[in-house]
Amino acid sequence: MVDASTRQKLFGTPETNFLNCSKGWKSWAFTLDHKRIGIMYLIGVTVALFLAGVFALVLRSHLFTFDSTMLSDDMYNQMFTLHGAVMVFSFIIPSIPAALGNIVLPMMLGAKDVAFPRMNLASFYLWIIGTGCLLLAILSGKGLDTGWTFYTPYSIDTNTGVIYATFGAFILGFSSIFTGLNFLVTVNTMRSKDQGWFKLPLFVWSLYATAIIQVLATPVLGITLLMLIAEKTLHIGIFDPKYGGDPVLFQHFFWFYSHPAVYIMILPAMGVISELISVYSQKRIFGYSFIAFSSVAIALLGFLVWGHHMFTSGQSLVVTLIFSAITFTVAIPSAVKVFNWLATLYKGSILLNTPMCYALSFIFLFGIGGLTGLFLGALSTDIHLHDTYFVVAHFHFVMVGGTLTALLGGVFHWWPKIWGRMYNDFLGRVGCFLVFSGFNLTFFPQFVMGSRGMPRRYASYDPEFQIFHQLSTVGAFVLGIGILLSFVVLVYAALRGPRCSSNPFRAASLEWQSSSPPDFHNFLQTPVLTDPYDFESQVYDEELDTYIPREFANPDKVAPRKEPVHH
Amino acid sequence: MNWQLPLMLAQTNDSNLENLRERTEAISMQGTTVPDSSLVREGTSNPFATEYWFPTQASSFAGEVDFLYMSIFWISLVFFVAIIGAMVYFCVKYRRKDGVIAPEPSSSHNTAIEILWSVLPSIILVWIFYVGAETWFEMRIPKENAEEIQVTAKQFGWLFTYEDGDQTNELHLVRDKPVRLIMQSEDVLHSFFVAAFRQKMDIVPGRYTYAYFEPIKDGVYRLSCNEYCGTGHSKMKTACIVHTSEEDRKNNTKWIEAEKTPFENGQRIYQIHCSGCHKVDGQAATGPALNLIWGENEKMIDGTTELVNEDYVLDSIWYPEKHIVEGYGPVSKMNSFKGILDQKDVDYVIAYLKELKSSTGDAK
Repeated sequence: MVDASTRQKLFGTPETNFLNCSKGWKSWAFTLDHKRIGIMYLIGVTVALFLAGVFALVLRSHLFTFDSTMLSDDMYNQMFTLHGAVMVFSFIIPSIPAALGNIVLPMMLGAKDVAFPRMNLASFYLWIIGTGCLLLAILSGKGLDTGWTFYTPYSIDTNTGVIYATFGAFILGFSSIFTGLNFLVTVNTMRSKDQGWFKLPLFVWSLYATAIIQVLATPVLGITLLMLIAEKTLHIGIFDPKYGGDPVLFQHFFWFYSHPAVYIMILPAMGVISELISVYSQKRIFGYSFIAFSSVAIALLGFLVWGHHMFTSGQSLVVTLIFSAITFTVAIPSAVKVFNWLATLYKGSILLNTPMCYALSFIFLFGIGGLTGLFLGALSTDIHLHDTYFVVAHFHFVMVGGTLTALLGGVFHWWPKIWGRMYNDFLGRVGCFLVFSGFNLTFFPQFVMGSRGMPRRYASYDPEFQIFHQLSTVGAFVLGIGILLSFVVLVYAALRGPRCSSNPFRAASLEWQSSSPPDFHNFLQTPVLTDPYDFESQVYDEELDTYIPREFANPDKVAPRKEPVHH
Repeated sequence: MNWQLPLMLAQTNDSNLENLRERTEAISMQGTTVPDSSLVREGTSNPFATEYWFPTQASSFAGEVDFLYMSIFWISLVFFVAIIGAMVYFCVKYRRKDGVIAPEPSSSHNTAIEILWSVLPSIILVWIFYVGAETWFEMRIPKENAEEIQVTAKQFGWLFTYEDGDQTNELHLVRDKPVRLIMQSEDVLHSFFVAAFRQKMDIVPGRYTYAYFEPIKDGVYRLSCNEYCGTGHSKMKTACIVHTSEEDRKNNTKWIEAEKTPFENGQRIYQIHCSGCHKVDGQAATGPALNLIWGENEKMIDGTTELVNEDYVLDSIWYPEKHIVEGYGPVSKMNSFKGILDQKDVDYVIAYLKELKSSTGDAK
């Protein structure tokens, strides 16, 4: 039992917080605070998103007409390569874990920081150096035209900046490993007293599963890229048949990382969605343990399916058959997660604010992304669809419709916590609507083109595809405007938005027991351990206009607990 | 843009090609396009029809591929409409009313329903996998009597070599005659793709890959490179022309005629480079006799068996240490011929080995 002044101190708007506790650029550049590092990461990945987004718009503009001369073939090839490489290595992979995860994960555990704060800062600087190397390929004037996959032997033959770019991706790999290792140790060792594994929010489970992949798979990419550099400079004969190497071996190595990397991208997104759906339905997440274990199952199965990128590569028939079979097993845990989210909505108290709109968009878009995966997992249809626009549409539905949507939803969800200020919900939802509709307009026509046989990575194409390309280009600009609007809404909210309380959405995970913005040490008092999906544990406090744990509330004014059915 | 099908126009009798184009309702010849009769279909405005999603079914297995595609399409549509329908319904029905934040208590776990929604999709997935694999076997395992055509891909063009050694830059096929493409690349990765046949296979430098299909409809179809290969990737297209009969193909194609047949070329290479150690009368010498080995399973000194196919011959000529036949070795005495014989020469040797096998085999 605590008095009103303590409540004010713990949950009211703080005078000093992690944003204003120290000033000057050095206080940011050398900070060890996970929240500040998370914010710097968020700014970094936003820059990468804008850069790669501009590449995308240039590409789409070029493709507006079938015989466009806006870009030369070489320029076009460089554009799609840089778009892919920057998006994958510098944006999507670090986006949710390193930016949102960094800010939220330690607080969800009731911890002061991650286990290795210096390693955390090093991860960010490696990200900067890696992205810098990647961009050096452009700045050096050489460009990069291999596709983000760096397939040999073309990547060995070409004179473009393959060495800069692969070295950049190599360094970005270390950045990713540092984050993953840090999260693994943090979750294992720094949970609150009595916070067992099944009292962790599902976002933490998904980040943990992601971290396993980051630590185990990324080294393989690192080795592969170093071998590629060695092959290119020393001609040692691993990947290039000219020197006795095997180009298909490169594909195996590459996808051994890059398929699990797909789950590095989507698992944290699924974790965010589990949080959003539950909080904005005010209902315990349906099938907690299944969602938790399915994250781990997806992470492990994700290591066994890389060969489905290579059904037409000349790998043996038996291997291909096995990879197809295992690929289908990954579909089940993903599908069941969607069913669980739906069941969570059932009889909930659904608030359709900006983050929830993104969560619902996610279910729609990830639904299409997942279902179109069935066409590509099945052998006979994949032979036809492989490396066509169908594949392009499929993975954009998963990575943009999935990960980017979840990132935006998560950013809106935790934005008031980070800045202590509220965003304009109406404009936020308009942004969400533009992102959703622009995205569908961009990528749905690509399914039609792909089925009809439009190959990907084509600088010019046959005229009958033009109408679909034009729809796609218009959609891309709508999507761009939507993202830009969301960006403006968020930046305005952070600087000028109305003050908001510590827990405006009645969320029950521990990070909402800090003030908004949180203190430098996250919590002024040890947080009360609550079940992250037991929303009855949070009660409304009229004086502070916020939700606080029952244990801190004035007992005279608190309504009795509603008993749950069972869980 | 300025790609005017140079090879195609140069090597094909113009008037005959025009004939073909008219006959097959080709749609466009300007710019980078190759005419494709497969894209003119009835019912292409109905997005629920197979015709909307696919070009003509011009190969024997295209119908089966489309069947699975449309099956998955409908299964997906049912699931998607159910999921999104439920989502929208819940969002309307259970949306938060003013002031009432807490919902009525409801279950957060139900074993029966969780098992149901795990098992039901699993059964459907097993079916999809099974049907996909069944058709795929048809697409990957060639029939015995297939015509063999050598495909050579390079940045950024195609060369097709027929059994008699004649060559073209477009692929000329005969309706209802199964074909097996034996493909090689002179530089980087390429991929053979004809959408109308639903067939695709990467072409990997340093080894042979194969594609098999049986064209069942005459016409002109687009053949494109489907694996990114550099600057001119999107220009690496040509036509695949399916003729109504062998005679039609013979007369309506302008061939680059070979001076010698592949067999003769192969025989010459054999006499220059191989005959010192390998005999063709069945007698073992320094190395094994070559006359009957093609298509056989040979026993190696490490106890494994290797099928003598294109890759085996290529490996044996370029990397003789790789496979050593039982009774020879243990260290190969053969020098590598990489740098002396290129992959084209190996093709000739293969043609020679095939001919030896069939002629001596018949004699036996």
